[in-house]
Amino acid sequence: MPLSTQLEAGEEQYVLIASLDNARNLSNILKAIQFKDHATFLATSNGIKVTVEDSKCLQANAFIQAEIFQEFSIQEDSVMFRVNLAVLLDCLTIFGGSAVPGVTTALKMCYNGYGYPLTLILEEGGVVTVCKINTQEPEETLDFDFCSTNVINKVILQSDSLREAFSELDMTSEVLQITMSPDKPYFRLSTFGNSGSAHCDYPKDSDMMEVFQCTQTQTNRYKMSLLKPSTKALSLSCKVSIRTDSRGFLSLQYMVRNDDGQICFIEYFCCPDEEVGEQEQ
Amino acid sequence: MRCVVATSNVKVLGKAVHSLSRIGDELYFEPLSSGLALRCVNSSRSAYGCFLFTPLFFQHYDSGAPPGGLEDSGFRCKMGMKSVQTVFKSLSSLDKTVEKCEIDLNPGGNRLVFQLHCKYGITKTHNLSFQESESLQPVFQKDGYANVLRAQPRLLADTVVHFPPSLEEVNVTVSGERVQFRNHLEDEQDASKMMLTEMSLDADEFESFQVREETGITFCLKELRGLLSFAESSGLPLSMYFDQPGRPVVFGLDDPVLEVNFVLATLSDEETTTHRERNRSRPPQADTSHDDFLSDDMDSYMIAMETSAVGGAEAQPCSTGSDHRREREPVSAACSTRSDHRREREPVSAACSSGSKQQRGRESGSEEEEEEEEEELPGTPPQKRFRSLFFGSVLSPYSQGANQTLRNQEVLAEASDSDPEEQEEETAKK
Repeated sequence: MPLSTQLEAGEEQYVLIASLDNARNLSNILKAIQFKDHATFLATSNGIKVTVEDSKCLQANAFIQAEIFQEFSIQEDSVMFRVNLAVLLDCLTIFGGSAVPGVTTALKMCYNGYGYPLTLILEEGGVVTVCKINTQEPEETLDFDFCSTNVINKVILQSDSLREAFSELDMTSEVLQITMSPDKPYFRLSTFGNSGSAHCDYPKDSDMMEVFQCTQTQTNRYKMSLLKPSTKALSLSCKVSIRTDSRGFLSLQYMVRNDDGQICFIEYFCCPDEEVGEQEQ
Repeated sequence: MRCVVATSNVKVLGKAVHSLSRIGDELYFEPLSSGLALRCVNSSRSAYGCFLFTPLFFQHYDSGAPPGGLEDSGFRCKMGMKSVQTVFKSLSSLDKTVEKCEIDLNPGGNRLVFQLHCKYGITKTHNLSFQESESLQPVFQKDGYANVLRAQPRLLADTVVHFPPSLEEVNVTVSGERVQFRNHLEDEQDASKMMLTEMSLDADEFESFQVREETGITFCLKELRGLLSFAESSGLPLSMYFDQPGRPVVFGLDDPVLEVNFVLATLSDEETTTHRERNRSRPPQADTSHDDFLSDDMDSYMIAMETSAVGGAEAQPCSTGSDHRREREPVSAACSTRSDHRREREPVSAACSSGSKQQRGRESGSEEEEEEEEEELPGTPPQKRFRSLFFGSVLSPYSQGANQTLRNQEVLAEASDSDPEEQEEETAKK
């Protein structure tokens, strides 16, 4: 049965249609920001941005540009809705979560506008599944007001080394302290746990350090529980950019290469835990 | 105090820490002039492990002890095992990423600093808090043992793998030609319902097989597994020293740069007694020791001190009580008046048994056991399943008296076996 007969309305009536030959290009990215059940979808002609937030202190965004999709059409300037991310991921991986070489799940995502469910049509090996997920009122997402002009310090590291450091972080510490400075220790991750303090230092001339632009010594602390989810994004990515602005807000940007070699981005914004003096180490 | 460990040895150090973590929760760190000693003992003092890294192991070694000064005056401490394990968390990548490991005492003297210099200029620094402590030294002499077996660790590892990971105690019986490993059953367990595993190894599978006394011992396997995994990776031959039941078994690895010793208590022969009852009724003695163990488990330590207090106790037959009753009972409970059971030590005391040994009719063992039961030497340590390895040197006159009294009580206790025991069991099980 051709897919088109499965749709309730003609294709022209859909406000948003997005198709992917490999649904994993979407599901893998979404898994990296799945630390809460609900996500807000914002679709524009540029593509789709999926946002997940936690306690008004943390925000994760996944950007899937329009070019990633095999088909992407949007009838309005912007389309926004809220959906249960866990359910969405379950549907996207309905044919099984693990990757079997040579076998991909095709996806067609359709949305008819406010009040309508999000329709997912998935096909693998001739088997077709149609899922309709109820959408909700979109909630306003936080605006961290993080702009490049306010950025004080920025480093870009290769994810491999940071991944190891993150996996060894002392989880008994409530905070992760990040120190960035034009002088030693340049870039330092610190924890203060039950056994004592631990520091991981990256020198500015390290092979792992791709970009080092630090203008001022800054030390900020962030709740470990908020940053923990970012390790998923870290494990998917090949590079990560770490920036702090004048308020101590943290921006982590992960460059993710999908199965087809295309680049997507995941971004985490986090508020600092407390005011720490700039010179304090 | 400062030590520097070069690349490949960092992994060895990490493995040593992980291996000791199978024994207990605290790592004793003692830089001596003969090398760095990392030690650990379990909460019931029935298992002890020590890794002594000689100065040759290090790229740079300075124990910090004043030259010509007493060994005792050097820096010594103990740290939480988990904290030290965190330093050597990803064992598999240690040799690939770490170039150097430095261990120093920080200038303030309140933190032990482990600094790992890794590839790409990355430095990982761990400032660990510690507690000053006394030296941890059990009493044992490897030369005094009747039986010494030496083999490649692979042999023992392959033997032990046949026993389920949940198996707590293993029974090792040796005769002139072979050695048998069996899983140990407690009295309450019905042999017909349990899986019995038995493995025999011939003398010629060993590099050295010296048996002067045909005997059988039972000890806890859990702590040994930690040593076996280390030994396998090191490729050094493992030696096993043992003789009579009750006398600790020593496992050793020897190398020019490293000496490893694991001392495990063995189940000694028991007779029916309500030793626990006796121990409970006995008020804690004001036996003093300047050892800091007191702070850890006061009662059990004090009793351990008393019980071992009679000259070179390790050779004495220990008529410990056989607790047929409870399956799992921490050794500390067995010898302490408190019931704060350290769950991790349950297995050690679990076994009970002279009774079961006799049932299995081990030729070599049983005669000795019977003899031991009869000959109660004066001042015989009172009943414990696994004797503490820490034989204090403090002898208080009235501890001997207490022992005497115990033996008198013993006779009475046997008669009143039933009810008090059962009541004990009820309360203890809770």
